[in-house]
Amino acid sequence: MNAPYFLDHIWLIPLFPLLTAGLMLLAGRRLKNPVISVLCVGSVFVSFLYSVGAFFQLLSLPVEDRVASKHLFDWIPAIPFHTLAGTLGQFRADWGFQIDPLSAVMILIVTGVGLLIHVYSTGYMAHEGGYYRFFGYLNLFMFSMLMLVLGNNLLVMFVGWEGVGTCSYLLIGFYFRRKSAADAGKKAFVVNRVGDAGFLLGIFLTSALLGTIHFNEIGPALAAGNFQAGDPRILAIALLLFVGATGKSAQIPLYVWLPDAMEGPTPVSALIHAATMVTAGVYMVARMNMIYLLAPAAMSVVAVIGACTALYAASMGVVQNDIKKVLAYSTISQLGYMFLACGVGAFTAGIFHLMTHAFFKGLLFLAAGSVIHALSGEQDMRKMGGLAKKIPVTYWTMLIASLAIAGIFPFAGFMSKDLILSKTYEKDFWLWSIGYLTAGMTAFYMFRLVFMTFYGHSRVGHEAEHHIHESPKSMLIPLVILAALSVAGGWLSWPEILGGNSRFIHFLEPVIAVPHALRAEAARGPGSQTGEIYLMLLSEALVLAGIFLAWYVYIKRRELAERLARAFGGLYDLVYHKYYVDELYDALFVNRAEDLGLALGSFDTNIIDGLGVNGAAWLTRFVSRLSIWWDTWIVDGSVRLGSRIVWVFSWPVRMIQDGLVQNYMLVIVIGLIGVLAYYFHLAHSMVH
Amino acid sequence: MLPIGNYLFLSFTLFTIGVIGVLTRRNVIVMLMSIELILNAVNINLVAFSRYWGTVDGQVFAIFIITDAAAEAAVGLGIILAFFRNRQTVLADEMDMLRW
Amino acid sequence: MLNAFLFYFFAILAVGSAILMVTRRNIVHAAVFLITALLATAGIFLLLQAEFLFVTQIILYVGGIMVLFVFVIMLVNLDVSLQLVQFSRQRYVAVALAVVLAVQVLGAFWVGRTSVGAGPAQAIEAKNTEAVGQALFQHYLLPFEIASILLLVAMVGAVVMGKRRI
Repeated sequence: MNAPYFLDHIWLIPLFPLLTAGLMLLAGRRLKNPVISVLCVGSVFVSFLYSVGAFFQLLSLPVEDRVASKHLFDWIPAIPFHTLAGTLGQFRADWGFQIDPLSAVMILIVTGVGLLIHVYSTGYMAHEGGYYRFFGYLNLFMFSMLMLVLGNNLLVMFVGWEGVGTCSYLLIGFYFRRKSAADAGKKAFVVNRVGDAGFLLGIFLTSALLGTIHFNEIGPALAAGNFQAGDPRILAIALLLFVGATGKSAQIPLYVWLPDAMEGPTPVSALIHAATMVTAGVYMVARMNMIYLLAPAAMSVVAVIGACTALYAASMGVVQNDIKKVLAYSTISQLGYMFLACGVGAFTAGIFHLMTHAFFKGLLFLAAGSVIHALSGEQDMRKMGGLAKKIPVTYWTMLIASLAIAGIFPFAGFMSKDLILSKTYEKDFWLWSIGYLTAGMTAFYMFRLVFMTFYGHSRVGHEAEHHIHESPKSMLIPLVILAALSVAGGWLSWPEILGGNSRFIHFLEPVIAVPHALRAEAARGPGSQTGEIYLMLLSEALVLAGIFLAWYVYIKRRELAERLARAFGGLYDLVYHKYYVDELYDALFVNRAEDLGLALGSFDTNIIDGLGVNGAAWLTRFVSRLSIWWDTWIVDGSVRLGSRIVWVFSWPVRMIQDGLVQNYMLVIVIGLIGVLAYYFHLAHSMVH
Repeated sequence: MLPIGNYLFLSFTLFTIGVIGVLTRRNVIVMLMSIELILNAVNINLVAFSRYWGTVDGQVFAIFIITDAAAEAAVGLGIILAFFRNRQTVLADEMDMLRW
Repeated sequence: MLNAFLFYFFAILAVGSAILMVTRRNIVHAAVFLITALLATAGIFLLLQAEFLFVTQIILYVGGIMVLFVFVIMLVNLDVSLQLVQFSRQRYVAVALAVVLAVQVLGAFWVGRTSVGAGPAQAIEAKNTEAVGQALFQHYLLPFEIASILLLVAMVGAVVMGKRRI
């Protein structure tokens, strides 16, 4: 084959981190930290280089033909069967890789941001125990995520899907000696599992209905099967796959694990719970767009859930006091935006927002980590303040990221969020209004965070105050790079109405199986363009209002925050306690599962152990008692019976020998009498 | 010589008295003496018949019996003496160790 | 005439002494009565013209055996008053059996009363001792020797029995 080098070797991209992960987990204990750093960061760096190479080589291909696949080996050989639609299908899964614009973007994000976070971690985790374990898990995660985005069929994607879930569990519970960390890891995994059940059912239904699970065959299968839009079977597939997405990407109702996942080290939060793993759901929906486009009801569901989650999570982010928790809810909220975009058909906008979100959210988490590091572990914003002058690099990068997420022109967040909002406005006013309102809240809580952390009087504790120091270069350089990306990342897709050419969007378009009618509709006339300018201005106004409000409450008149909290006491409590959803889930599911466990345990103790084991023991003892009885009375008895018979029969004979000589002589005399009687009788009979 | 019946009757009487003595008395010395009496009765019988037939065989036999009686008396009395030293008793009722 | 008188005299003496011997409480008395019974028996021997046996009886039986008896009686002489019961528990049975025996023998006598006569009238040659000696050392030499061994054994036995510590 004359395929270009990088495209032909895309299977190496997940392999490098896998090798170092294996090395760490087998022999990492004995290696020194610098060696570990070089190996692990190095492998991700090499993967990044290969990703860049693959991307450019993909660009060199003509637009219609930008798909390259690589088949490594047959994983599950073809099993023929009849599909639900009546055609002949095969259940087959290769261990194969596919690179097209969508997966190219994903691997660049994953390896690029991942590389920066790996570098950051060498500084952040330098003094933590289990350095080799951390990097081993992190590299294992890179492998899983890359498999997820590079797989050419649903089953390989699922392998990566499960892998990232496992690594998330391992990394959330990295500080396993803390019960809260271990519990959080468990919670993440279990909640994910619920989603994965739906995902698996979706995979099965896809295979049963369409006869294939390979991405490049699903489209032709849909066309061949003459499936109409709104077909209930397609709807079922779409909804089931979305259940998996809600679990992995923390949407309603399976979002509850993400705030708890902040127990893990900050680089983990940045990489997994901001930039990459949680975006897997969005990637999956985008990848399966041909299914979703044939199920408008499912897309409505996706959009509604996305919008509601965005608003809901933002409301909780407003009242949190832990810096990482605010960012966690912010992540859930932004993921809602991405699903909203996919739900209204703007899959490319969703992916665009995914990319920009990776930049600024990753930066936000890393900067937060830097703040926590500077304050020797303090995470409560009420104990921060006045840090702007003391840790300037951290401050400036965080400020840039906040501007980006709030959506200020021309930072990255503005581009992507604006695109989503405009596409939503075209579809449904109410969804747009929810998104609009959420944007304002986003600005508010982000700048609340910034003001509380960096401005005002220092509320830092005494011991921490003395140790405030800027982070080492290994941590600062990724911050700066990400800040640059947060500024300029959006410029990849400068909106057309402002003179840009939306290159990013156009780059991704071939992946989306948009029917021609819809595509024509998308290229509307100037009327829509004017509308778009108005929308932009409206959102900018709301964002600025939000920032101003945050400044007013948290800097100008500080006491207003507490007064408002007290005035809306009940409401404040409700939101502060996360609407008591965790407690609800506990009562409905968690405690019921525990009850089942206890019931089964008591069954085991009382019935299986009691009847079975103890019963068997009792039975054994009983049988042994029978045996003893038999042995004593029957077997021994027959022996003693024999001896007793002899004793009985010998008794008269024994009595004769009594030791008295006179008795013996008496017997002699008796004998004598007898003998004489005999002889006299003899003589008598002879005479007569 | 008188009819032999007289002598036989005498012998028989002494024999019976001797038997009664052996079976009845508790004292072993008296038992032994009763046995001597029995032997004597037998001697009378033997000598009577020796006189009746005119031979001396009976008398020779009687000599042997006397010899034997002497030996037996000696040993028997020795045993009684040893037993007396051990158990301080000469009553036959109390000499029942050789029982079952 | 004298024969019958002597016979009855010696017979009654013998029987009477025997009965008395068997019934005496005092052992020494019993021994003395045995001596008289033995002397009466010796007399009977003399009547039957067994002179050697007459002498042998007195020397051996009375002079040897009865002396031995008296020695031992003296050695084991317990307080007479302790021996309250002279006769063993089986006395009734014993007497009954003896009576049965007596009846049997008397019955035999009665049946054979006519078959035994008075005996030969001729006298025996006067030298009884010589006849006994001849018979003893000619026909009965082997029993004689055996008897001597018997006496040896009895002597050893008696000595051993008599020792305090073997």
